[in-house]
Amino acid sequence: MASLLGRFCRKLVVPGSAHGARMVSTTSSCGSETVKSLNLYSAINQALHIALETDPRSYVFGEDVGFGGVFRCTTGLAERFGKNRVFNTPLCEQGIVGFGIGLAAMGNRAVVEIQFADYIYPAFDQIVNEAAKFRYRSGNQFNCGGLTIRAPYGAVGHGGHYHSQSPEAFFCHVPGIKVVIPRSPREAKGLLLSSIRDPNPVVFFEPKWLYRQAVEEVPEHDYMIPLSEAEVIREGNDITLVGWGAQLTVMEQACLDAEKEGISCELIDLKTLLPWDKETVEASVKKTGRLLISHEAPVTGGFGAEISATILERCFLKLEAPVSRVCGLDTPFPLVFEPFYMPTKNKILDAIKSTVNY
Amino acid sequence: MALSRLSSRSKGISRPLSAAFSRSISTDTTPITIETSLPFTAHLCDPPSRSVESSTQELLSFFRTMALMRRMEIAADSLYKAKLIRGFCHLYDGQEAVAIGMEAAITKKDAIITAYRDHCIFLGRGGSLYEVFAELMGRQDGCSKGKGGSMHFYKKDSSFYGGHGIVGAQVPLGCGIAFAQKYSKEEAVTFAMYGDGAANQGQLFEALNISALWDLPSILVCENNHYGMGTAEWRAAKSPSYYKRGDYVPGLKVDGMDAFAVKQACKFAKEHALKNGPIILEMDTYRYHGHSMSDPGSTYRTRDEISGVRQERDPIERIKKLVLSHDLATEKELKDMEKEIRKEVDDAIAKAKDCPMPEPSELFTNVYVKGFGTESFGADRKEVKAALP
Repeated sequence: MASLLGRFCRKLVVPGSAHGARMVSTTSSCGSETVKSLNLYSAINQALHIALETDPRSYVFGEDVGFGGVFRCTTGLAERFGKNRVFNTPLCEQGIVGFGIGLAAMGNRAVVEIQFADYIYPAFDQIVNEAAKFRYRSGNQFNCGGLTIRAPYGAVGHGGHYHSQSPEAFFCHVPGIKVVIPRSPREAKGLLLSSIRDPNPVVFFEPKWLYRQAVEEVPEHDYMIPLSEAEVIREGNDITLVGWGAQLTVMEQACLDAEKEGISCELIDLKTLLPWDKETVEASVKKTGRLLISHEAPVTGGFGAEISATILERCFLKLEAPVSRVCGLDTPFPLVFEPFYMPTKNKILDAIKSTVNY
Repeated sequence: MALSRLSSRSKGISRPLSAAFSRSISTDTTPITIETSLPFTAHLCDPPSRSVESSTQELLSFFRTMALMRRMEIAADSLYKAKLIRGFCHLYDGQEAVAIGMEAAITKKDAIITAYRDHCIFLGRGGSLYEVFAELMGRQDGCSKGKGGSMHFYKKDSSFYGGHGIVGAQVPLGCGIAFAQKYSKEEAVTFAMYGDGAANQGQLFEALNISALWDLPSILVCENNHYGMGTAEWRAAKSPSYYKRGDYVPGLKVDGMDAFAVKQACKFAKEHALKNGPIILEMDTYRYHGHSMSDPGSTYRTRDEISGVRQERDPIERIKKLVLSHDLATEKELKDMEKEIRKEVDDAIAKAKDCPMPEPSELFTNVYVKGFGTESFGADRKEVKAALP
């Protein structure tokens, strides 16, 4: 199913920066489509406004969301929908997520904000043991599908140990939840609406570096981007690059540089990490014969390992070189050493070249 | 504020003020008794007396150290705005009385563990200005070798266990330290500090239960500055009487802007904890800055409120008035002291600016014990080898 829709949804992108490209919407766009230039937090804000507007039983809560949140993603929601639907919680992540699970179990849509992904760990038990297994262990009597947990993740230049982490790998190991990571404002709005309306609990990581930095033309209407469908955002023949979130911007720079050296790179945005679109990546690797995965999280045990293992199983005979992973280092996210830790454009470019010349 | 009428004056001892002052801190240990500004409010225990034993030396050193702390935080503010300090910086100005009063009541064997607003606590534990600024700017001579930053100051030889970024996580740690102290029969206690925002974390109550069950010498200190980042206490807590939140654990509410009240409370708490187990201290204090340098601090509270507290409850002003009324120094001498402090801070900053950044190889040190665990090799350190013991 995914492959059929995948072929339908895959669109060519005019070469250029991923977050500045204009893409045609593949879902419900009828007639004139008014777009507005928005950054990531405004796009997410719009998505939340639409979500609350279209479903009267949806709620947004978390620490400091009332005044708009520390990244302004929830601006205007409390004023428009009232304090009964958009409210602040005390400082207790475990309590907040547990509370959200309960709310969702009663058929509501609970959009929970965890202020930074680094703080999601107190809630880890609730997510893994409660949210992910609720439907399964109750034999489908109950479910918390209405739960969506949003958290800003990723490096921001000076975040240090506790404002820069990428914990997506921990959650990708849990059957029962979905993990979604957008790469740009337009994607974020569509993916967030899909996540909120998806009948499964979703953990939605937002690249905080892009909150202000990424600006894109975002359609103003209500649209959804399907989950579990990867997108080829740049076509090529020599090597497939797979990534998600803010890292795609870095990877695209590497692709442009590689092109100057005659290497044609195909870049895929995974969008949904769990369950991930294996078919799209497989088809691409069967075409190019080489794979490179890049993410900010430490390389050992990162999600790149799962992609590598799966592709190896499926495309072994078509691979021309070992799968390359250009990721964060195996250290805690450092303070002053952040530039050394990060998988930078040059590291990716080096890896592209060595993979192609294997 | 009530001033004690009985003073060394009645004993007829004349102190040559200028001589005492020429070395900045008087070595005169003439005892003074100070009354705290407010009585203590107690929960499940008898509050200590309002009369605090002190000395002229202590009074002057309180002033000096608090002025130093204040100056250090203001300087950190400017350094942050100049982008020499990056990342997150949470300033303590307004709350100095808590750090100072606590230090005065305890020894370096007693442990302190706190959250991320830790610059002044570190200074109080004996840290130097140079180490503070070097760490803030990420230089190798910082107290954590430049690898921790503002939120992660530690000082092992003074039993200062840091400096924690995750809210509330330090409290169970503190109770564990207390257990170790009790087990080793050290006659020492642990002060686990947290804020009013952290008071709603579940792990706090888990730690309290364990401490009470096993009679651990842990003292939980809630520095209630009334705002958890931008959220006022009444909007986050059903019961903002944090000293009562221990339920079966006794508590004491203390005027956190009065260094002597803090000293008395900590002394009382230490005696209590060594005999009877955990106790909660709620320090009613205030921070002038916002939550961190990214927070202006004025979107959730009025400027009138901030300046009101500054005028009426400022801890340094209080000590200054005490010093002046006890004739321990003149206005001019105090101003000179402040100038000296300013210079000291500026010198430390200049020295710290010259300190080099840590070596790139430091990125990989201390992930595990040296020589064991994993080591990274290769041009981009992707090759990871496990070194087994």
